[in-house]
Amino acid sequence: MVTTAMPQPVRPVRREQQAPAANPPAAPLPETAHVRTDNFSVYYHDHPAVNRVTLTIPAGKVTAIIGPSGCGKSTLLRAINRMNDFVPGARAEGQLWYCGQDVYGPNCDPVELRRRIGMVFQKPNPFPKSIFRNVAWAPKINGYRGDLEELVERSLRQAALWDEVKDKLDRSALALSGGQQQRLCIARAIAMQPDVLLMDEPCSALDPIATAHIEDLIDQLKTQYTVVLVTHNMQQAGRVSDRTAFMYLGELVEVDATDIIFTRPNNPRTQDYITGRFG
Amino acid sequence: MRAPKLHRRLFVNGLFRAGIYGLAFGALLPLFLILFDVFRKGLPVIDWNFLVSMPRATGETGGGIANAIVGSLMLIGLAAAMAVPLGVAAGVYLSEARKSRLAYFTRLAVDVLQGMPSVVIGIIAYLWLVRVMGKFTALSGGLALGLMMLPLVVRGTEEVLKLVPAHIKEASLALGVPHYRTVLRVIIPCGLPGIISAVLLGVSRIAGETAPLLFTAFGNRFLEFSPLKPVGSLPLTIFTYAMSPYQDLQAQAWGASVVLIVLVLATNIISRVVITRWKIQF
Ligand SMILES: Nc1ncnc2c1ncn2[C@@H]1O[C@H](COP(=O)(O)OP(=O)(O)OP(=O)(O)O)[C@@H](O)[C@H]1O
Ligand SMILES: [Mg+2]
Repeated sequence: MVTTAMPQPVRPVRREQQAPAANPPAAPLPETAHVRTDNFSVYYHDHPAVNRVTLTIPAGKVTAIIGPSGCGKSTLLRAINRMNDFVPGARAEGQLWYCGQDVYGPNCDPVELRRRIGMVFQKPNPFPKSIFRNVAWAPKINGYRGDLEELVERSLRQAALWDEVKDKLDRSALALSGGQQQRLCIARAIAMQPDVLLMDEPCSALDPIATAHIEDLIDQLKTQYTVVLVTHNMQQAGRVSDRTAFMYLGELVEVDATDIIFTRPNNPRTQDYITGRFG
Repeated sequence: MRAPKLHRRLFVNGLFRAGIYGLAFGALLPLFLILFDVFRKGLPVIDWNFLVSMPRATGETGGGIANAIVGSLMLIGLAAAMAVPLGVAAGVYLSEARKSRLAYFTRLAVDVLQGMPSVVIGIIAYLWLVRVMGKFTALSGGLALGLMMLPLVVRGTEEVLKLVPAHIKEASLALGVPHYRTVLRVIIPCGLPGIISAVLLGVSRIAGETAPLLFTAFGNRFLEFSPLKPVGSLPLTIFTYAMSPYQDLQAQAWGASVVLIVLVLATNIISRVVITRWKIQF
């Protein structure tokens, strides 16, 4: 199952490195690129939904992708773990690197890639199974050899859901609230022990309290994972992300440290979008 | 000003409702008449003996249809053994590769097969098996019925798998579960009740087929369990007994009809129950 082609992931930026760099004076260059795109485009048939994007996603940080509806955020996100492979007519051009590996090159096994790069969808999509089996199912099917119960507990704890569900692990996941379901989906992704987490508007179906929960969670997660977060919520991008990328009509307009994007962006279009003077 | 309008509307409403009920009743009436007639004539013939004993020699009264019941079950089993694996596999393919050219032609072929007259299918099975093996066999009857059942299983499976929510499939794929495992472990289990019900509907569709059996399974007055020998079947028994000049056999044809109808109704009802009661859980 394990391909030799995929190099071992760099798991670089951990707490020890983060402490000194916690409050950088200016936007530093991204330390270690975890995912990098180079002139990367995605076409649906002949229409470019992502157009020549060159973007570096540093390890151990939260990168937010913002932009108006239809500008290609989801498409770019789904290109990173090659979920677009299943969309008829979708085609990628240019380069996308994950840990130095050409994701669209001939040596990349997309299945292995998706084990390394977890994904959380806009609408919570738990399996119609018990809570326990939701988390344990994929590791088990992919040949996890450790203690499944321990893995489930650890994942649910990391997703800040353990205390709420520890007494009803065998109940159906569909009986949980929307926010709980979304955290379950995060736990499910974490249980595969990925090193990148892609989140496509994970809070858009949730109320403010559940949203706050998830935002806290993202804050915790970035100590262990590289997070890429698509969001329509400016405040959310401002609160949880380290870097923010602004996309418009499939193109990457600007990417920089979040506080710079939100206080003194380079591009007037970014300014307009952030202040809501768009259109 | 308002009262007459209201009255008029209520009247039209009532009229309309009566019309709908009347037409619905009209549609159901033939079914009830048929069932009533068949059961009235067939039920008196049926007792335990009728179900478990063999036909008597011509001219003697009494005897049963055990050979036909066993033969029918065998033919259905053989047909399902051929049509279900092939049909489910093709249905999975069609629901996964919705847009491919091969899928388009497969769909077309399946639709053509579905429209094929049953006599023609019987002749095909005759050519393929009976002529080659040099004898009438249950196997060739099973093949004919299997060919009739195949399109129902294929299209039923395809339709039901298309209904499996895409977000569940995506969840599995995004977790690094390979496509084939996602199909086997998520998509098929989610669609299983629908697949089962498609198979059962296929069974009820072929259970009453007579024409394709005439020159394949052929019929057999004796109990036969070998798929390589000719076997009897309920529709064939009904056909031959109903044409016979003996009153006793004609009555037995009604009895066999009841047995066949109950078999078909039972598979239909089971498939309904499976579809509505089965919780998606895998
Ligand atoms: N499956 C598809 N087939 C064809 N075109 C698509 C498909 N999915 C998206 N598109 C098109 O690609 C463009 C980008 O879509 P995408 O979903 O990436 O936007 P988005 O930025 O995520 O928008 P939103 O904020 O509304 O989620 C849109 O113009 C959309 O119409
Ligand atoms: Mg989107």
